[in-house]
Parts: sequence; structure tokens; C-alpha cells
Amino acid sequence: MNAKRATELAIIANRVRKHALTGVYNAQAGHPGGSLSISDLLTLLYFEVMNVDPKNPRMADRDRLVLSKGHTAPALYGTLAERGFFPVEDVATLRKIDSYLQGHPDMKNIPGVDMSTGSLGQGVSVAGGMALSAKLDKKDYRVYAILGDGELEEGQVWEQAMFAPHYKLDNLTIFVDFNGLQIDGDITKVMNPTPIDKKFEAFGWNVIVCDAHSFDELSDAIEKAKACKGKPTAVIMKSVKGKNVSFMENNAAWHGSAPNEEQYNQAIRELDAKIAELEAAL
Amino acid sequence: MAKATRISYGEALVKYGSNENVVVLDADLSKSTKTEMFQKAYPERFINCGIAEANMMCVAAGLASTGKVAFASTFAMFAAGRAYEQIRNTIGYPGLNVKIGATHAGISVGEDGATHQCLEDLALMRTIPGMVVINPADDIEAQLAVKAAIEHNGPVYMRFGRLAVEDVNGEDYKFEIGKGVELKGGNDVTIIATGLMVQEALKAAETLKDDGIDARVINIHTIKPIDKDIIIKAAKETGAIVTAEEHYIMGGLGSAVTEVVCEGAPCPVKIIGTDRYGKSGKPAELFEEYGLTAENIANKVKEVIKMK
Repeated sequence: MNAKRATELAIIANRVRKHALTGVYNAQAGHPGGSLSISDLLTLLYFEVMNVDPKNPRMADRDRLVLSKGHTAPALYGTLAERGFFPVEDVATLRKIDSYLQGHPDMKNIPGVDMSTGSLGQGVSVAGGMALSAKLDKKDYRVYAILGDGELEEGQVWEQAMFAPHYKLDNLTIFVDFNGLQIDGDITKVMNPTPIDKKFEAFGWNVIVCDAHSFDELSDAIEKAKACKGKPTAVIMKSVKGKNVSFMENNAAWHGSAPNEEQYNQAIRELDAKIAELEAAL
Repeated sequence: MAKATRISYGEALVKYGSNENVVVLDADLSKSTKTEMFQKAYPERFINCGIAEANMMCVAAGLASTGKVAFASTFAMFAAGRAYEQIRNTIGYPGLNVKIGATHAGISVGEDGATHQCLEDLALMRTIPGMVVINPADDIEAQLAVKAAIEHNGPVYMRFGRLAVEDVNGEDYKFEIGKGVELKGGNDVTIIATGLMVQEALKAAETLKDDGIDARVINIHTIKPIDKDIIIKAAKETGAIVTAEEHYIMGGLGSAVTEVVCEGAPCPVKIIGTDRYGKSGKPAELFEEYGLTAENIANKVKEVIKMK
């Protein structure tokens, strides 16, 4: 990827982070930490990789994304809004009684959401079903799923880990948001799912380890996944929970709590500064 | 001719599953659920998921989200029981076009015993908004239920049995989701039954004639949405109801009927069903021990009439 495009995407990703925090702040509920760690990936997918049409969200042969870690909906909504699926102002209505932006993704009512998720471990299976459907119909759309690292503790993930290689779903790419933290703390202390790469390899996946905040590395991983035939790909992306907000980074306390006014303002200032810095570099 | 409704399920999948959009999933039980019939006819549209029901339900959801009519098949215990939350959150909540073919329901599984005798599936599935719940009584009804499920857009739970059951419907039988069927007229009391208890209800009505009791018999094949009209009419015209199901008395047909009756036309209702875990034994022995017989229905009819 050329440097200019990577910078443009980084700017969008930081706007997505702002939307995510705006939603969580206004709702005074939601999951900021894991939203910030996947914002770069979501931006890359929706602005560079996936064949989608904001004017026709249910286009038949579109690429699909399942946010298996559905609690990070604020980042998905921020991305979809930036991409034009719905008005950016609406992100501030997250979790409100009259809003269509439910606490977890709701495919029935939110343009651009391909699957309702929220109960961990289930989305990745759905993605397998979508990928299988494309194979049955000999269609070339691709399916992406994003999982949390803590989510790997759900047994159902490993049911799908067997299924996708068995049916040679090389049109399926999953991303593990490996930020190392879950609600109760360090994932290796709560219930250690590592080594994640070796587990997926043993289950028959094409495994790529990369930096979740490098558009170059993510982009390469996606290209390698597309080139890999006969196997699904698992991208284990090393990420920073709370990425780009200093006091949220690497802090499990920000898994599922909302910032107060002062914290929110500081977070927005930090993200605006990042955006200004990136814009200056363009 | 007596036939198990699981066989009807397999046959109907072949008969009505020629549509390219129909896919059938199973969890290593295709020989028992009879989806092997579909596999033989349409191998490219059969997906074995292995012994992984949670994954299977969500794979079915993914297939449905892309336009498939996805039948997910396993034993009732592992569908409604083990994968309840997958069905609720990933099939029911988004309203996806998944049809759950749940076989080996009820105590009539027999020798396998309590772990495999699902007696709570109707209750569990009934609580899911938008879920259609069908419990066919015989071969023709089971086959037509599969056809109707294909034509219906949205999630459907279908309950099939392992034990061969007698026909209660004729060859010209018309099936409609949500429409109860009056199999015998009568004005003293109404027996409302579902599944294999329908044949017992008809037998009970016959024996009650000897006691001078003219019992109406209604087959409720669709537990949800339930046919309120036929139930309220029966409550008003006969003034007493006995329900019969191969299911816990909590949450199934009896509960559904009393919900309707209490709100629409209160009258005494006796509920026949099980109240504890099942156990190993021959189906006929189990029916006897758990009171799922024509004789018990007749006894409850006499009790409920006294309450009028």
C-alpha cells in the first residue's frame, strides 16, 4: 500500500475511534477498549478491501463481515457511518431507547450490518455458513469475521475451527484481535488461549501473524489470505486495547466502561491531535 | 400404516427439497434423523457438521442470511436444549430462514433414557419471538409441515418422533401453519392433543362414548402461533378442556392452551404431560408409567367435567 493511502486510512480510523467514543460517552455504556483496537482493521476492510455499496447495503454478492466480538459495535457503527451507510450524527444515539443503533449489532435494522452478534463464539460459525454458501453457489464473494482473543475461550469457536478447513473455505478470513486483555484482566491469567497461532495451524488454517495497527501488514495479510487456496485464513493481529487514547491503552478497565466528560474530552483532543498530525503529513 | 415422523421428515426433505436453495445440515445423526435420504438424493446440498450442534445452528444461520432455506437437524435434546442460545440469538433474533428438524423428541425415544428424552423443547422454542413451533401427529402431517416450513419465510422448529405412530389424518388432509384441526365433534368436553397424543385422544374419545360423554377432539399441530379461535370456541361450547402432550406440563401445549383460555374464555383445564425426567424402557411401558395413555385422558376428562 502506498504511504499516502495508508495515512488517509489512518485518519479515517481515528475518526472511527472518535465516533465509537462519542457513542459510548453519550450512552454512558458500551465497550471502548476493544472498539479502538479494531478500528484500523474495520477501516481497511470497508474502505479498501470489501466489495460493498452503502446505497445498496443488501447487495446480493457483496463481501460480508461478521463482528463475532459484537460488543465492539461502536467501532463497526463508526466505520459504517464514515462509509456512508447511515448519517455520522446517528452514532451519538448508540444504545438509546429510540435508536436503531443497538448495543450489539442488529442486522435487521442497521444498514450495513451483515449479522446480528453479541453472544461470543457464534459469529465465527455464521461466517463459516456464509462462506460455505458462496462455495455452494460458486460465487466469489468473500467473508470476514473479527473475533476477540478472549472469545477464543468459547468452545464453539473450535467447532468452527474444525468446520472451515474441513470444507476448504478459502473464501473465509478471520481476524483475532489479540490485545491480551479481557474483562477480568490478562487473558493468559483468566483462561489462557495461547498459543493462538499454533492452535489454528493445528486445526488446518493458513495462519498469519501481523500488527493490527499497520495498514501495510494488514493489507498484506488480506492479500495472502486471498491467494491461499484450499484453506481458510486466520490473521492473528497483535493489537493494543484502547489504541490511540493514552489512558485507555492496555488497560482492561476500559473493556466495558464509559468515559466521563473530562475523559471523553481528553480522548477526543488526543485523537484530533493524531488526525492533525496525519493530515500534516499528507 | 404406522410410521415414525422422523421418517416422514427424511422423505419430505427429498420430496419438497428439489429447490436449489434448500440445504440440509446434520450433526452426525443422519441415519437416525433420516436426513440421509436427502443426502442420497442431493449430496451436494447436504452438510455434515459433525458432533457440534452449536456450530451447526450458526452455520445454518449464515447460510440462511445469504438466501438459503437451511434445515438443521439433530435430536430435539441437542437442538432445543444444547443449542437453545444459538437458536435464540443467532436464528430467532435476526429472524433467519432456518428450519430446525428436531427428531427423537419426547419420552418415546425409549431405551436411551432421560438424557435423550427431550420433554422441554416446546416450552423452550415457544419463548422465542417469531419462532413457529410445529409438532406433527402423523406421517402426512409431518410431511406437509416440512412443505409449509419451506414456504414460510422465517424460523420454524419442527418436532419429530422415533416411534411409529398411527395415521390420524386422511389422504386429502390440508395442513396450514397455525390452524388447529377438529378431528371429532362433541359438546361435553374438549380434548386438545398434539403429536403422538392425538391418536390417544381419539381412542379416549371412543371409550368415553360408553360413559355417555361426547368429547370433541382437536389436534393442535402448531404450538406457536397457536389457533386461539378453535380453542376459545371449544372452551365456550364444551366448558371443559383436557390437554395431552408428550412433554413437560410446564410450558408446552397445556400452558399455551391455558394462556388462551384464561384470557379468552375461562373454563377448567386439566393438563396431561410429564412432570419429571424420563428413564429407559419400552415406549409403551413409559407411556403407561408417565400417564400418557388414552385411559389417563379418559380419567382426566371425567374429573374435569365434574369441575364445570
